[in-house]
Amino acid sequence: MKNIVKKAVVAIAAVGMLALPGLQAAMADTIKIGAILAVTGPSFLGVPEANTLKMLTDELNARGGLNGNKVELIIKDSGGVPEKAISFAKQLIEEEKVFAIIGPSTSGATMKIKNIAEQSETLLLSCAAAEVIVNPVAKWVFKTPQMDSDAVRKIYMEMNKMNISKIAVVVGNTGFGQAGKGQLLEIAPEYGIDVVISEVYDKAATDLSAVVAKLMANKDIQAVVNWSIVPAQSIIIKNIRQAGWDVPIFQSHGFGNIKFVQAAGDAAEGVIFPAGRLLVADVLPEDNPQKEVLVKYKNDYESKFKEDASTFGGHAYDAFKILCRAIEQVGVDKHKVREAIENMKGFVGTGGVFNFTPENHNGLGLDAFEMMTVKDGKFTLYQK
Amino acid sequence: MELSLFLQYLFAGITYGIIYAIVAIGFNIIYNTTGIINFAQGEFLMLGGMISISLLHFMPLPAAITVAVVITMLVGALIEIVFIRWIENPSVLRMIVITIGISIIIREAALHIWGESVRALPYFIGSAVTSVSILGTKISPQVLIVIGVCSVVVVFLSFFFKFTSIGREMRACAANRRAATLCGINVKNMVTFSFMLSAGIGALAGAVMSPITYSQYDNGTGLAIKGFTVAIMGGLGNSPGAVAAGLMLGIIEAFSISVLPLAFQDAVAIAILLIILFIRPHGLFGSSEAARLKEF
Repeated sequence: MKNIVKKAVVAIAAVGMLALPGLQAAMADTIKIGAILAVTGPSFLGVPEANTLKMLTDELNARGGLNGNKVELIIKDSGGVPEKAISFAKQLIEEEKVFAIIGPSTSGATMKIKNIAEQSETLLLSCAAAEVIVNPVAKWVFKTPQMDSDAVRKIYMEMNKMNISKIAVVVGNTGFGQAGKGQLLEIAPEYGIDVVISEVYDKAATDLSAVVAKLMANKDIQAVVNWSIVPAQSIIIKNIRQAGWDVPIFQSHGFGNIKFVQAAGDAAEGVIFPAGRLLVADVLPEDNPQKEVLVKYKNDYESKFKEDASTFGGHAYDAFKILCRAIEQVGVDKHKVREAIENMKGFVGTGGVFNFTPENHNGLGLDAFEMMTVKDGKFTLYQK
Repeated sequence: MELSLFLQYLFAGITYGIIYAIVAIGFNIIYNTTGIINFAQGEFLMLGGMISISLLHFMPLPAAITVAVVITMLVGALIEIVFIRWIENPSVLRMIVITIGISIIIREAALHIWGESVRALPYFIGSAVTSVSILGTKISPQVLIVIGVCSVVVVFLSFFFKFTSIGREMRACAANRRAATLCGINVKNMVTFSFMLSAGIGALAGAVMSPITYSQYDNGTGLAIKGFTVAIMGGLGNSPGAVAAGLMLGIIEAFSISVLPLAFQDAVAIAILLIILFIRPHGLFGSSEAARLKEF
């Protein structure tokens, strides 16, 4: 029995090794693009991203590919575990020899492979939000989501308007949450805001009513900022409302997936958060430069996958399109493509209008965000 | 600390505690008949939540939960019959590996069936923002439902194991398989039955707590770890002990938040577990003499 198994393993391995070079030869004119996405795991970020990339790749290949080259997409599921991203990145770079990597979905994972991309000179277009990904700038690393710091500034500007000065900060214990906490604490003094308490909750937390009790006990708190990309961000707003606490709740751009709203139910009503314009594409004025791109992406995505488009899929869209545009401009040469991205101006994506520079590998500014809220279970522009 | 704040922490603690306790009880049922720990216990909770959410499209809530409990019980029976029944004289280690394997299989199957997204049953009474006032403290009515259901289960089980013949037969199997067989007890059927019972109770708990904790293909694992901690604390096999230990751990966790950062919540729980394992390895409420006679 054991022998048979052993033989089978050897045989499969041998066939695999024989088959691999053949495959590679057949695809000489193929541009391989790797993607490391959190398709499974506690956040649902990777699903819209993977769907979007598949949709765009199919579209592109149907049109004849990129400069006559077919594009092959290789998606790896990191499960939201930063450590897995490391081995996938090495695999994509060393074995698959990909031209560029899109992702990872999460900030923690991106930070783990930032150096790998840098050392191997592989283009990395991250779909994760944290500021630290592009600050300090790394030569080969770009990111498409808006800056954390800009989201924080948007929130604080809104608080200034509402005369809120004492706040509580709660974040999930993921890379995104930790980075957000850092930004929230650092930028608060600029806007005269005092962070009275800051707490970190587990990404797998199932009930957070005790920490809500702790926050409620502090009568100074005028608003709560909840910075997270995991489902627990819905649990905490539910617990706040169940405790009968009528405090204004601000969330991060990580709340921009309608599934979080559905999970929180009525408790999500009135939550204020900054996000890209994709969520409100339909109600944008016609003269908004992003309107056309947003509506097309949203309609394409929703008709194909029968689910609401989210900003996360949008980040993957932007990364893919930026990469394609650069390749179209300068051909399949990674050094030239890198330079082309670094100097790309006025690219209209779902996250905003991108203007890259050698110092700014994100290319978006404060104006990429709109303040949004939830009304009747739907995202809408926030107006007082 | 003012009274309303104290109560707020207390209820939060009871909510955590009762959830841990019900998972621990699931461990105990199987331990009581087989002497093994079923590490797939958390998956029964997940299945209960997920199946009832899916069934809710076709039938009213009580029916959906009932059918989900029955289906999960069948899954429990199937697991026992396929993976465990035919093993002669299983060693503890072997059973642990098998049950961990089963838990991974169930989790991956759930990922393929339901996808990775988070779902939840609707609140049984009112909505996500409904709360009831108790002594000036507001809590969700769902918390009271969870506490109520779990209490009923505990009382039912205590009676079942003490006073019914089938309950006593199940305990006999754990004490000594061979002696139980010699007494005319069909040990294999008892083991199957214990898997069904613990699957059913897990599924029921998973369904009633789903509005609070959400259901996701992998949320059984985290619950199982805490439940296992509580089962050990309470003394393996001791269901009232599990409830006491669960409540104790939940309340300590909740009050620890009032003085420590939230991030230390799990550290507090694990520290308590370690202390108990050093001082009273047979659990707070277990008997050291009985523990010495057992294999695990």
